[in-house]
Amino acid sequence: MIEGADLIQAAAFLGAGLAMGLGAIGPGLGEGMVGAKACEAIGKNPSEAGLLTRTMLVGQAVSESTGIYSLVIALLLLFVV
Amino acid sequence: MMSIEIEAWVRMAAFVGAGFSMGFGAIGAAIGEGFAAAKANNAISQNPTYSGDIVKMMLVGQAIAETAAIFALVIGVLLLFATGGNASMITAAGLLGAGLSMGLGAIGSGVGSGFPAGEACDGLSRQPALSRTLTTTMLIGSAVSQTPAIFSMVIAFMLMFVNFSGGSPHMVAALLGSGLCMGFGAIGSGIGSGFPAGQACVGLARQPAMGSRLTTNMLIGAAVSQTPAIFAMVVSFMLMFISFAGTPVHPTSAALLGAGLATGLAAIGSGVGSGLAAGSGVEGWARQPTATGNVLVIMLVGQAVSQTPSIFGLLISFILIFKGYPSTEVFLVSTALISAGLCTGLGGIGSGVGNGQVAQTAVSWVARNVEQEALLMRTMLVGQAVSQSTAIYAMVISLALIFLV
Repeated sequence: MIEGADLIQAAAFLGAGLAMGLGAIGPGLGEGMVGAKACEAIGKNPSEAGLLTRTMLVGQAVSESTGIYSLVIALLLLFVV
Repeated sequence: MMSIEIEAWVRMAAFVGAGFSMGFGAIGAAIGEGFAAAKANNAISQNPTYSGDIVKMMLVGQAIAETAAIFALVIGVLLLFATGGNASMITAAGLLGAGLSMGLGAIGSGVGSGFPAGEACDGLSRQPALSRTLTTTMLIGSAVSQTPAIFSMVIAFMLMFVNFSGGSPHMVAALLGSGLCMGFGAIGSGIGSGFPAGQACVGLARQPAMGSRLTTNMLIGAAVSQTPAIFAMVVSFMLMFISFAGTPVHPTSAALLGAGLATGLAAIGSGVGSGLAAGSGVEGWARQPTATGNVLVIMLVGQAVSQTPSIFGLLISFILIFKGYPSTEVFLVSTALISAGLCTGLGGIGSGVGNGQVAQTAVSWVARNVEQEALLMRTMLVGQAVSQSTAIYAMVISLALIFLV
């Protein structure tokens, strides 16, 4: 016999997996694009490597934010809700 | 409550499996052949004198890209007439799994084989004298791109014709997981192997003297891109042939389905990503024949890092398969285990492709500017590591779902 509370908890577990799994796709792709362009820019202009690496990391950090939102939601669904 | 006989379930599973097989199986080949035809049109407009040769090359290339769809057709037709001698729910799961394995598994190889076919047409318009070498390179490249579809066909045949019906009740989930794992797992490697194959044809037309060395690099790059599909095949075999008879049916069944999803889905990104790096490596050899060693090294490092998400998937699958579970009818635990598989699987897709994009550009710039090899290698590794982070988050959530819940 399945009770309502069980169903709600199960939905939270499934939601956590989907939130983190699907949420990880975008940042992975986006940060890859940033990294690719940084390699290209450093290839063209190696003397600015330090500046370009810094810019790459800042750009990737911003693109990471949605992944962190997913992580927060997944953790909330797992342990708090 | 209506009662449905086991034979009816088996036939239903076979018909739905046939639909999945041919429906999904038609996607990739059509895209690949479309790419080949588009490139052929472009090539004819550049060099109309050789239109006959170009059309011939297009048709040969398209015929190979069609192979994956023909595999799907064969499995689909066999499923239509599957009788299911020892009818049980396990037989039904095997037939449905066979359809999923072949249908999904044909997508990548169909798309991937289209790249060498198209680039060979383009190369022919530039270098009509190279017709024979271009055809050979295209044939080798397309054949390698077909490998994941062949893995899927092998798994589909086994799911259909090996008699599992005497096994424990877990086999229902195990066979479904096995089919999903191989089907999803073949997508990335099929597409990915197409990139080096296509670039080998481009490079041959650009630097005919590099001919056989380009084929060598193509084969190395494509072989590494095949790894995620091989991981998926290994997990599919494990799900089919490990006996779970002593373990509780619930939640082990859910764990087996989750195991199939984790490795299968995570292999998509790594397969495409490794292929992007390999394509760029082949292009680099053609562009800069003096820097082949440097290009090969960064290509292999980039491919290896792109492989990480599929290794995360494999790790979660092994944990799901081999961790013992106490018997429980609580359906919460089962949901958590399926969710764990989905999370690592889906979460690996973006990171795999992203890592590949970084490697692709780094490899191509090492070929142009070999003095900056060390700097580019460092930037590539930092960029890949950051792009890996979300796959790691996904793995952490999966581990929490498996061990803490």
